[in-house]
Amino acid sequence: MKAKTIMGYRRENGRVGIRNHVIILPVDDLSNAASEAVANNIKGAMAIPHPYGRLQFGADLELHFRTLIGAGSNPNVAAVVVIGIEPGWTQRVVDGIAKTGKPVSGFSIELNGDIKVVADASRVAKEYVQGASELQRVGCPLNELWVSTKCGESDTTSGCGANPSVGNAFDKLYALGNTLLFGETSEITGGEQLVRDRCATSEIGEQFMQMWSAYNDFIVANKTDDLSDSQPTKGNIIGGLTTIEEKALGNIQKIGKQCRVDGVLEPADTPKGKGLWFMDSSSAAAEMVTLCAAAGFVVHFFPTGQGNIIGNPILPVIKISANPRTVRTMSEHIDVDVSGLLQRKMNMDDAGDLLLDAMVRTCNGRLTAAEALGHREFVLTKLYRSA
Amino acid sequence: MIHFIVHEKNDSVGVVVVEGVKAGQELTGWVMDEDETITAEVVNDIPIGHKFAIKDLANNATVIKYGVDIGRTVAPIKAGEHLHVHNVKTKRW
Repeated sequence: MKAKTIMGYRRENGRVGIRNHVIILPVDDLSNAASEAVANNIKGAMAIPHPYGRLQFGADLELHFRTLIGAGSNPNVAAVVVIGIEPGWTQRVVDGIAKTGKPVSGFSIELNGDIKVVADASRVAKEYVQGASELQRVGCPLNELWVSTKCGESDTTSGCGANPSVGNAFDKLYALGNTLLFGETSEITGGEQLVRDRCATSEIGEQFMQMWSAYNDFIVANKTDDLSDSQPTKGNIIGGLTTIEEKALGNIQKIGKQCRVDGVLEPADTPKGKGLWFMDSSSAAAEMVTLCAAAGFVVHFFPTGQGNIIGNPILPVIKISANPRTVRTMSEHIDVDVSGLLQRKMNMDDAGDLLLDAMVRTCNGRLTAAEALGHREFVLTKLYRSA
Repeated sequence: MIHFIVHEKNDSVGVVVVEGVKAGQELTGWVMDEDETITAEVVNDIPIGHKFAIKDLANNATVIKYGVDIGRTVAPIKAGEHLHVHNVKTKRW
């Protein structure tokens, strides 16, 4: 890899971002309409609608706040307008994001109505968009990037090619001192001992095993069959993956051969230092990538076999595939073609470098396939029923 | 051309990595870990991404891929036969 710096946005709190979004963030489902109206008024502002935020409680409510505050705090975001139905929870999200030092304002709909809120919020959003448009990219050390990974619609080519190419890139970034993330708790089932063995200390290994066991116990308690069609998915099975164990062993190729797991995180939690972190998380693509964005990650490697098309409004998602049929039939979705690995026309070291070059170009401003195609899946993880 | 990949020498399965593999076809495989080339003949059509047994497996035998247990057979599988959800199940769920 040649580049040692990227051109990014240095935020008020010192973090490096690679996008410069002004987002309109609803606290709850009721506020989606006003948020989308503001984004429609102000060109360059982006609404991030979602279906939750009412009558949640306990750990599920804490995760809701952590995800919204984390998304607003992400260094890829320049400024945030928060809109909620009532002022209390709205202010809680505003206060959380304000800790980063970035511009953030909140508006609540009760006693005002949508039309007044849309007008007031649009004036602020306009100022934010104009302010953000003046920010300049500056040279930033490559190792300040926070890089996450999660695979989707995997098949057997994922484990042969695309996932180990991410692992090769992760090994190189780990050596540079980057902050890295993986997760997908249920999708480690069959390889959990291998991940435990990769943990930097036995204490971290035990923390990992506790998280994995709790998730596995939840699945065993709620399952009605052997989860065939769910995990592995129907798409995985069409692609040739047979069991969760096989899928997991392909999945964990993404953490390379040299990285150690330096810590574990609750969903949407922010790492406390550099190195590779494991986040307890769903294996559903949009849920997991949204949690990565909420944790503060700014660029994402997403290997796919059968062709998962996911994107995220905040976190650019770089798609990698080693399946020659997917690369041919879904070429508009694939950023990096590593199918040459399966024919020995490319070695893993070269594939890892290809990914890092794509990452650097993405960080310097090139839109990913998912960004260009308008994929903005923002999906909150919900732990249980609302009250 | 590489028709199939085997992750490790002691694995039970090969993964077909090209389209259009037909029953009776003689295939060239690459054992990634050892960087060796092997050959095999398949007895079924095998879609890209799907696996076939590279050795005879008894019923209720452990299937090895990546050098690790990926499940159990629920029928005997002969070398060259398609190996998937119809004859292999998870040991976990």
